Formats: sequence, structure tokens, C-alpha cells
Amino acid sequence: MASPATPESRRSGFRISKKALPYVLSLPALLVCIGILIPFFTAVVYSFQRYRLSQPWARQFNWGENYLNFFSDPAFWNTLKVSLLYAGFTVVLELLLGLGIALLLQRRSTVNNFISIMLLLPLMIAPALAALMWKLMTNPGFGVLSYLASLVGLHDFRWASSPSTALLTVVLVDIWVYTPFIMILLLAGLRSLPTQPFEAAALDGVPRLFVFFRITLPMLTPYILTATLFRLLDSIQQFDIIYAMTQGGPGNTLTVFQVEAYLNFFQSTNVGRSAALLIILWAITYILSNIFIKNWLRLRERARGEA
Amino acid sequence: METTSTLEKTLRLLALTLVVIFFMFPIVWIFLMSFQTNETILRIPPQVIFEPTLSNYTALITGKLTSAAGTLDIAFMKNLGNSVFLSVTSVALALVLGVPAAYAFARHKFKGSEDIAFTLLSFRFAPPLLVLLPLTQYFQWLGLANTYIGLIWVYQLICLPLILWIVRGYFEDISADVEYAYRIAGHSWFATFRRIALPLAGPGIAAAGLLAFIFAWNNFVFALVLASADKQPVTVGALAFVTSSGIQYGQIAAAIVLSVTPTLALALYAQRYLVEGLSLGAVKG
Repeated sequence: MASPATPESRRSGFRISKKALPYVLSLPALLVCIGILIPFFTAVVYSFQRYRLSQPWARQFNWGENYLNFFSDPAFWNTLKVSLLYAGFTVVLELLLGLGIALLLQRRSTVNNFISIMLLLPLMIAPALAALMWKLMTNPGFGVLSYLASLVGLHDFRWASSPSTALLTVVLVDIWVYTPFIMILLLAGLRSLPTQPFEAAALDGVPRLFVFFRITLPMLTPYILTATLFRLLDSIQQFDIIYAMTQGGPGNTLTVFQVEAYLNFFQSTNVGRSAALLIILWAITYILSNIFIKNWLRLRERARGEA
Repeated sequence: METTSTLEKTLRLLALTLVVIFFMFPIVWIFLMSFQTNETILRIPPQVIFEPTLSNYTALITGKLTSAAGTLDIAFMKNLGNSVFLSVTSVALALVLGVPAAYAFARHKFKGSEDIAFTLLSFRFAPPLLVLLPLTQYFQWLGLANTYIGLIWVYQLICLPLILWIVRGYFEDISADVEYAYRIAGHSWFATFRRIALPLAGPGIAAAGLLAFIFAWNNFVFALVLASADKQPVTVGALAFVTSSGIQYGQIAAAIVLSVTPTLALALYAQRYLVEGLSLGAVKG
């Protein structure tokens, strides 16, 4: 393209050809991220090595041994189980609760808008700090929630410090932090739905339960799917809440993937096992994120078409 | 459609009240706790009416914690300063790097552009420890261990993908016609970008920057792995503070209140941008 030679462009001294321009613009951002790709490949290498920080001399390739060992390793199966339980419980409960709240707040009114802004607040608190807040509230000595539990007959309810209720406690904190995210997305989805089908159904006197399951829910499905996948991706990798609350304990009750990998690296200094764990987690999230991105792009196209 | 019975109205009201209590109670409770002395905190049943004290805040701000065991130095204000510095500089750098790249991705369908954009987005979803654990060793070799520069670099993993994707969406929504007209009038590419494209995408850039700031501020794992005490932001510092101060619950509560106030204030101030940013432009609210 022959762009007209203007005083301004001549003054700038040099000209970037039109073809090179997009590369020049995106290169700095790329370079910053490529530096971070290198550690990723290093992690892949580590995962195929026998590598302990405490015995650097014994470092050598053992190929798939780290991975093969997982099959006969009860600690690994525990990690997988706890991670899936955590992700499953948080996503399902947050989805149900978030959908319920979105439906309650669907009508635009001053009160509803005010409440939806208030519900934004837990989402803005750092998950690690939210865990600390709940730790203070569930302290067996003076915690207000321990006191409330004792009022309903649950004496000596130990929340995160007992293996039987630790998962419940961290799931509760996760619900507190992230339900607002699902709520916001579904509320925006609900409010963007076309009104005609609902008006027609109301005219025909269709029962409301029928309207919900046959009109609202199907039309909302793309939003539900996007929100669910997004939360699933985050939840299966949860670290902040669990580490800040119990550091994976008591015992190994809450050693989800990232917590277990962290403890393997820094406490038992078993770098090989830690890396292999993270690669498995990465494989899971890679599949999930591909599905998510496709889904989300389709939704965005739709939103744009309607705008 | 508006044939709601009294019973339904009551049930709705009850459900909404429960929702508000569940989500607001922890914030209110910790806020109240931050104005209490240890004695009132430890009282059972928990007290709602008490004589408020500012002693927890003064202890944090002066950095001197006086207890029965003696005086303890606390570096909490340093952590707070670190949080401000790390978040602001990371977002600023991410904007400088990310906005031109977002513009390139939106306006020019160049070879491999979609692949590159996807790769950048996929960083957002990869397990952070996968990158962080090997990075601890690289940082040692490079002399970046426990430096602000190293941390700001790694924080780009949080800020860049967010800014890139949100701002890109905004540029795509703006018709390129105005820019073509301005270019034909004889202005350089850079002048067009600065005077036309940037102002038009202003709200999107603000939303993305705001969200990136909140995510950077709330980040925990990056600094936990890569920073030692003097470089740590509040998220990690507060946790260390819990272990070091032991049973000074009032101060812990005050530290939490100080740590979450900036993000809460920002969220309330600009909630409309937030909602749009959070859904990554998937919903036009």
C-alpha cells in the first residue's frame, strides 16, 4: 500500500512496513511470555527424572518411572480423589446457588441491583485472605461459627482441623468466594434473554415451572456451560484457599494436586514427583480449557451478533 | 406474569435475606473483630456490643506489637507497600505491552495470529506451580530471585492475558472506518492509534486494567514461591503474620481489613466495568 508521504510520517524518521507492523506490536508481549514457556519445558524434563533436591548427585533420567509409580501410590490416588471431590462439590453447589440467586435478582429494581453489587464483594477478596477470615471464624476456641455450631447441638465441631469436616470447610470458603462469579454471569445472561418467548408463554398461561425448564433453562445453557467450565478449570487447580486454611492437612486430607506438588517440592524436595503431578494436572486443564475457549468464543459471537 | 402471591413474596424475601447474611456476615464480623481487644474476642458467647479500640490498627501502622512476651516488630505496612507497588507496576507494564498487541490481533489477521492469541490465553488456565517451581531455579541463576523485577515479570502471567483478550474484544467492536478515514487524511499509523483507536477503546482498557489490578493484588501463589519476607505482598504477608503473631487475633483481623479495603473500594467504585470484564465480554450486560 502506498500511503501518502505526509510531513508527519517523514518526521518520524523510519517507517514500519504494513506487513511487519502487527508482529512488531505483539512481539514485546510475546517475548515476555516466551521467557515463561522455558520453565514449562523444564518441568516436563524434571518429570522424567529421578531428582531430589536433597540428593542432587543422584539426579538422572528414569523416564516414565515417576508416572508409573503413581499407579501403586495410594498418596497419588488420594490426591486425585480429593481434587475431583473438591472440584465436583464446589462447581455443582456454586452453580445451583448462583443460578438460584440470579433468578431471585432477575427483575431490575433498586434493591436487587444493590444486592448484586454487595454480592460482588466476596469475589474481590483474595482467596487466601478469605481463607484467613474463615479461619478466624471457625477457630475452635472463640470462632463465631464454632459457637453457632454448638448452639445447634454440634459441640466440639472442629471445622478445618478435623479430617472428617476439613473438606466441607474449604468447600464452604470456595462457595463463599466464587458463587458471586457464577451469579454475575448468569444474571447478565438472564437479563439478556429475548422477552418474546416469555410474553407468549404468559399469554398462553403456561405454568411457571414449565416455562423455567422448557424456555429459561435451555436459553441459558450456553451461559451455564461457560461459567461451569471456567469454574471447573480454576477449582481443579485450587491452591490458595486450601493452603492458607490447612496447608493440605490435617494429615493428607486435603492434598489436592497443586498443594501436593508444592509440599513435594519444598518439604520432601522430590522435584521429579512434583513435576509429574503438575504435568498430569496440566493435561487435565489443557483439555478443559480447549473446550472452554471454543464454547466461550461461540457465546461471544452470539452476544456480539445481538448487540 | 406478575401474579405473585403473598406467600411467594415472603419466600423470596426470606431467601434473599439468607443470601445477604451468608455473603455479608464474614466481612462484617471480621471488620468488627478488628476493633476489639483480644479479651473481648475470646469471650464466649461472642460479643456484638463492645468498646471499640483502634489499638490493633495503631500496632500495625507503627509496626510495633506489644504483648505480654515483649515487643515484636511487624512488617505489615511493608507488605502493604509491596502490594501497591507490585500491582501498579505490573498492570502498567501489562498495559504498555498488551494494548498494542491487542490492537494488532484485532485489526490485522496476520499469519499465526489466532494461535498466538490462544497460546497467550491458555497461560491463564495452566497450573501456576508448573511454571513457578522450575522458575525458582532459573531466577537463582539469573539473579532475579527475590527481586521486584522478577516478580513483576511473572505477574505478567496474570495481567497480560486478561488485558490482551478484553481489550482485543473492544477494538473489534469499534468500526475501523474512522481509522481508515484518518489515515487517508494523511496521518501516520501511530497518530491514528493514539488519537483515534486508544480513546475509543478507553472504557475497555479501563475495565481490563482494573480487573488486572484486582487479580494481581489478590494473587498469592506467585509471591509465596518467589518472594521472601521483604518483597512479599499482603496476601502472603498476612499468612506469615498469623504464624508469627500467634494469638493476636485482633491484629490479624485488622491486617485482613487493611488488605482487602483497596480491592473492595475499587470494586464498589467501578462495579459496572467489573461485571463486563469478569465475563470477558461474553455477555453484554
